[in-house]
Amino acid sequence: MLKANLARYQQGYRTIPFPKAEPVMPDRFRGQPVIEREKCPVGCRDCADACPTDAITIDNQTLRLDLGRCLFCTDCVESCPEQAIRYTQEFRLAANRREDLVMNDKTLELAKALEDKTRKLFGRSLKLRQVSAGGCNGCESDVNVLNTIVFDLGRFGIQFVASPRHADGLLITGPVTENMKSALKNTYDAVPSPKIVIAVGACAIAGGPYINHSEVHNGADTVVPVDLYVPGCPPHPFTILDGLLRLLGTIEDLRGS
Amino acid sequence: MAATLSIHASNGERIALETVPRLSISDFHDLVTGSVRGGARITALFGQPQGGGTVRLFAVLADGNAGTLSLSSTDVASDYPSLTPECPQAHWFEREIAEQFGVIPQGHPWLKPIRYQSSRRGITNFFQVAGEEIHEVAVGPVHAGVIEPGHFRFQCHGENVLHLEIALGYQRRGVERALNGGPNKRTIHYMETLAGDTTIGHATAYCQAVEALANCQPPARAQALRGVALELERLANHTGDLGALAGDVGYLPTASFCGRIRGDFLNMTALLCGSRFGRGFVRPGGVGFDVDDARVTQLLEKIEQALRDVTVATSLLWSTSSVRARFENAGTISPKTCKELGLVGPVARASGLERDVRQEFPFGIYRFFQVPVSTFQTGDVFARAYVRWLEIQRSVAFVRDQLKTLPPGSIRAEMKPLAAEAVALSLVEGWRGEICHVAMTNQHGRFSHYKIVDPSFHNWFGLAMAMRDQQISDFPLCNKSFNLSYCGHDL
Repeated sequence: MLKANLARYQQGYRTIPFPKAEPVMPDRFRGQPVIEREKCPVGCRDCADACPTDAITIDNQTLRLDLGRCLFCTDCVESCPEQAIRYTQEFRLAANRREDLVMNDKTLELAKALEDKTRKLFGRSLKLRQVSAGGCNGCESDVNVLNTIVFDLGRFGIQFVASPRHADGLLITGPVTENMKSALKNTYDAVPSPKIVIAVGACAIAGGPYINHSEVHNGADTVVPVDLYVPGCPPHPFTILDGLLRLLGTIEDLRGS
Repeated sequence: MAATLSIHASNGERIALETVPRLSISDFHDLVTGSVRGGARITALFGQPQGGGTVRLFAVLADGNAGTLSLSSTDVASDYPSLTPECPQAHWFEREIAEQFGVIPQGHPWLKPIRYQSSRRGITNFFQVAGEEIHEVAVGPVHAGVIEPGHFRFQCHGENVLHLEIALGYQRRGVERALNGGPNKRTIHYMETLAGDTTIGHATAYCQAVEALANCQPPARAQALRGVALELERLANHTGDLGALAGDVGYLPTASFCGRIRGDFLNMTALLCGSRFGRGFVRPGGVGFDVDDARVTQLLEKIEQALRDVTVATSLLWSTSSVRARFENAGTISPKTCKELGLVGPVARASGLERDVRQEFPFGIYRFFQVPVSTFQTGDVFARAYVRWLEIQRSVAFVRDQLKTLPPGSIRAEMKPLAAEAVALSLVEGWRGEICHVAMTNQHGRFSHYKIVDPSFHNWFGLAMAMRDQQISDFPLCNKSFNLSYCGHDL
């Protein structure tokens, strides 16, 4: 017992003050990408050609960047002859609607809180059942990490529970494989209404690297309605936490500052 | 004998496809069973359709003592005599081949699909034990924790587990099929997400394979940095596993400390490349990010701190009797079972087998810097936990050495086109064990076949065996002591 207490003292206090204080992201962190269109040579489509998931598309000189498909990889950055693409430190990326993740010379519209009625139900206590439906254990790991003392998810009233019967909603990862489709649907049906669904990661939003494979269904919203999309491959734990807290109305301002 | 029956290759070497011997089925049978009797293990056994209903079977055999990898092949049609009755470690591979191509290994004791692809062949029921008071427990695919899906079917008598059957395939995303015709712009992203917690391991195995095919030598600095990233991946996962094992026996101090320290290791990988899982770091020809002196100093400080923290956190496990009482004698696997089933990684090492690709078939930086193999003798949950702790210490020592002696120079060599009609074997010791990639090219230098064997493919059946004659309540603990990948298996 004495040894355990000494260890406790040695390990120190580790819970971060988020959302009161800004987290420090690693300097090479790849947050929201920015494309400086004015640098683009006429007719250049190198980034669109390099993108592994067609997150970048160019039609008639109109560039669309779909954060839902984006793997936040470096392929577009490396392909750009003018260094017009860079990743920022902006980790706040979650949105309520799929179309809000498509950037077309507009700013990202971040997730808004649930309607008053649902928020009254879930705002102070949200129990989630996690379903991995083809996830690679990247998103699952960084969801799990929210339970550690660093993020201490419990202090926000959010908890992962063992049964859909105990849950207020689902947190889904993975592109929804054909072999998990019915299990996901059954789990959704087993959650009592009203319920919410959160799709975490590029796979759960649009299929990720597996988009258009015959073995997968290109994301959670092909099977169940989704209330919150959290982009990333995998999203940083802060991105997920920020999304959850926005949904509950704990963070309300649009840019966090 | 072996020289004519199979071709030797070293890890990360290219060989011309035409030089791979094509044996009769009986010679192939004798080669595989004879080599395994002689101490080799089956690293990969897979089929490639040849058209006209013929399937070519390839076997990659690894003899750790001799340090040789060998490759051989045979053509089969609708069926062939199963290798499994004489060589149990072939069983899962033969089930895979039967499911994928409809080739029946005659005499296979339990020919059931392993991934439930559209073509369902063979047995589809679960193995059942009958008798008075025998009952069945079904768990999954949706589990209680935040983990991947799989189904576990227990045959029990009271609390006692007589048999566990593990049904996988829920995670199948069609990776191997999609790799054919590559490499293309998605290939590296498939590799990085085969098993997301083994991003560095699988990406390194892939890069080694294509570098061999392209005759491209990554610079020494890149090799050293790959080694650093691979060991950081091992450190993060081993630390997380020790914490989770503590959590599964209700010992919360270590569970909460290690959960946090695991994140510290992941953040070191993020310091390298911006991603906690190492996405974007390992690239064909080298690595995607360099480190300057300031970053090296930062990494060295962080790893020393993390080692101090993890030492304190895990030493509690070894000195707490309530933890040891649960860890010891739980889920024991004998060295004999390990050998017969061809288990790999910390699971095999915990049963005393000195199996470690870094030592047996050194690759990249491990050709010049050795990491001692960590083993333990008891083969139980305690051994699997303790081997992880030994490996944590050795990985930290390795990372420290590498960072202090990083070779100068560039971090990436230019990739060339892949050789045509060639095959490359690539093995990496990931944190779960032996990762094997086999890349074959067609006449245009594109992948005609790409085979991936995640360590979990070997080890899932080991978990089933470890549960025999155990209390069902010890399943979460045993499962965590293996901590296998579902998506790495299902692909």
